[in-house]
Amino acid sequence: MMNETLTTALAPLVDRSWDSFGMPVLELQVAQLMPVVQRLRTEFGFTLFLDVTTVDYPARQPRFDVVYHFMSAQHRSRVRLKLQVSEEAPVVPTLTGIFGSARYMEREVHDMYGIRFDGNADLRPILLYEGFVGHPLRKDYPMEQEQPIVPYRK
Amino acid sequence: MMEYLTTRKDDLVGWVRKFSLFPYPFVTACCGMEFMSVSSTLYDTDRFGAALPRFTPRQSDLLMVVGTVSHKQAQVIKKIYDQMCEPKWVMAFGACATSGGFYRNYAVLQGVDKVIPVDIYVPGCPPRPETVIDAILMLQEKIANDHHPILPYEQQTPPRV
Amino acid sequence: MSGVEFKPPVSSWLEEAADPNHVVVNIGPSHPATHGTIQIIAEIDGESVKRADIHCGYLHRGFEKEAEHHTYHNVIPYTDRLNYCSALNNNFAYADAVEQLLGIELTPRCIVLRTLLSEYNRIADHVTCVAASVMEMGGMTAFLYLMTVRDYIFEHLNHLTGARLTYSYVRIGGLARDLPDGWLERLEEVLVFTEEYVARIHGMLDRNRIFIGRTRNVAKMTPEHALNWGYTGPILRSTGLAMDLRKDSPYLAYPELDFEVPVGIKGDNYDRYYVRMCEIDESISMVRQCVQMLKPGPVSVKDPRVMLPEKQLVYNQIESLIHHFKLVMDGIQVPAGEIYVSHEAPNGELGFYLISDGSGRPYKLHVRSPSFSHMGGMHTLLEGYQVSDIVPTFGSMNMIGGECDR
Repeated sequence: MMNETLTTALAPLVDRSWDSFGMPVLELQVAQLMPVVQRLRTEFGFTLFLDVTTVDYPARQPRFDVVYHFMSAQHRSRVRLKLQVSEEAPVVPTLTGIFGSARYMEREVHDMYGIRFDGNADLRPILLYEGFVGHPLRKDYPMEQEQPIVPYRK
Repeated sequence: MMEYLTTRKDDLVGWVRKFSLFPYPFVTACCGMEFMSVSSTLYDTDRFGAALPRFTPRQSDLLMVVGTVSHKQAQVIKKIYDQMCEPKWVMAFGACATSGGFYRNYAVLQGVDKVIPVDIYVPGCPPRPETVIDAILMLQEKIANDHHPILPYEQQTPPRV
Repeated sequence: MSGVEFKPPVSSWLEEAADPNHVVVNIGPSHPATHGTIQIIAEIDGESVKRADIHCGYLHRGFEKEAEHHTYHNVIPYTDRLNYCSALNNNFAYADAVEQLLGIELTPRCIVLRTLLSEYNRIADHVTCVAASVMEMGGMTAFLYLMTVRDYIFEHLNHLTGARLTYSYVRIGGLARDLPDGWLERLEEVLVFTEEYVARIHGMLDRNRIFIGRTRNVAKMTPEHALNWGYTGPILRSTGLAMDLRKDSPYLAYPELDFEVPVGIKGDNYDRYYVRMCEIDESISMVRQCVQMLKPGPVSVKDPRVMLPEKQLVYNQIESLIHHFKLVMDGIQVPAGEIYVSHEAPNGELGFYLISDGSGRPYKLHVRSPSFSHMGGMHTLLEGYQVSDIVPTFGSMNMIGGECDR
């Protein structure tokens, strides 16, 4: 019920939408992210920013999918947004101005995939450390490639 | 005569030291939950003179590395080890501290002995409290049989690196 | 002193205080008051915290990278070590995600057993959280009482699963084994014991002046604030918003259970403690209801896509042998698709975002861990309060390193 209202109301802003195991998925352009999130928040009560992550498809152009999950505290329903981002310009606008919880999540995605969040001034490493080269969750980062800080004992 | 004295002195000092272990629990991960069990009611390491956790490295002589050590944390643990005074012992508590456990990836240090010397390894993921108590007893035995150079003319052990 | 010069792995924007009268102090990552490896850099003015910068990631173990390189069954032990206080809840949430992708219907006994064990493990998690935060405030007696309860629960689960802490008890499509003899009788004994000890804790803490002084009106927040910073679970409920996935989007056997969602009033440390204590009571009642609902039957589905064939057949039939070999070596073949499944873990919403490309290994497995978002907003709860309030606030947030840093 809620899902159909949502997808029809937002249809002009999104490229594609479908249903995934009862959760509406909206695929949209990077430029549409802010207006869609604003409308989700004000009109549909999606006040809880659950999660942002990235999926890496090395063979595909554009390479990355940035995936957002939101939850509506009012209707107790969820929505997923997907953006496609290329490897050459991995930039999406930040949501820290709207949701405080985006702060840490975006730092993590920046750490793990190298996606830059335009407008987020605090993109220090969070799970990794300064001096770590590369982005470990990209598919081309070898799993066992370590970058120790402390020299090993003989 | 002097040699005789030295051996008896080692026995005495070892006996004294083995019952006054002050552990410093460096709790990072899952094994910390078992460490809580070990040190509280049902298993109670107080019985072995190794109960009172000292939460400062300067007052403790047993460093328990409880849980996974990541590369990010390795320098912290190295620092803590350097801050402890001699004599000091290190226990690698659990599979992750011993060898990295089943984590073999970019983030996890493959055993804390890559950074600091370890005296006793406790297997298990996480180890049962009985295993830990057994490890403490074995460490006490090791301390009792060790050479303890404290007299002025004795060769001081070089710092282990 | 030999050794490397210490340089913080991540620099802080609080290296120097803005005001010359302020001091920057560093708490952690190994500190007696932080049961978990977290670093809090605080700028203090006298006794009050002006700004705080929280660093986590000291226990980053590469869960997501490991998951991409293991078969679906092999990931189960890794999920144990996310929130190691309540490993079963993690197990069940992960298995639920895979099962929904596969389209598996669980057996009725399995559904009830999973619900029972989730609630049972929730008791252990809340007990640990209350015990640790009270111990850090100096309440050693309460700690020792609650540790006794927890050890009884652990030993009891050990009887069922074979491990005290990291159970790996779930299988895709069911459970590892059925209940052993006498397990339910002992369960009732443990529950009675838990009730008695929880009542003692209520007696010791609820009206304890020192405890109230350190928790009441400390780190208060409104529901809007909590939602903005992504808080879920008992922390969100302590602000008065009754949001619980077990009620809102029921999974497993929760629709059939009769339970209430305890909420707080102010969202301060005391409310967070009290909501957890009330949830222990609710969980005990739910475990008892589950025992009543438990009917005999198989605990696992008979689906050849996910279940190993019987051992007897593996030794005697070539088809079963090949089937066994394929399942062990290649893993379960999960149809391509993506799914987000969330369960109400003791700390809040635990979500698994799973993408399958049709092979035997997850293409991507992302965890939405409650602790991580709780840490993301914790500085707002520290700022404006005193340095000594850091300890009860941090304790009541129940940060679990494995889950926060993954």
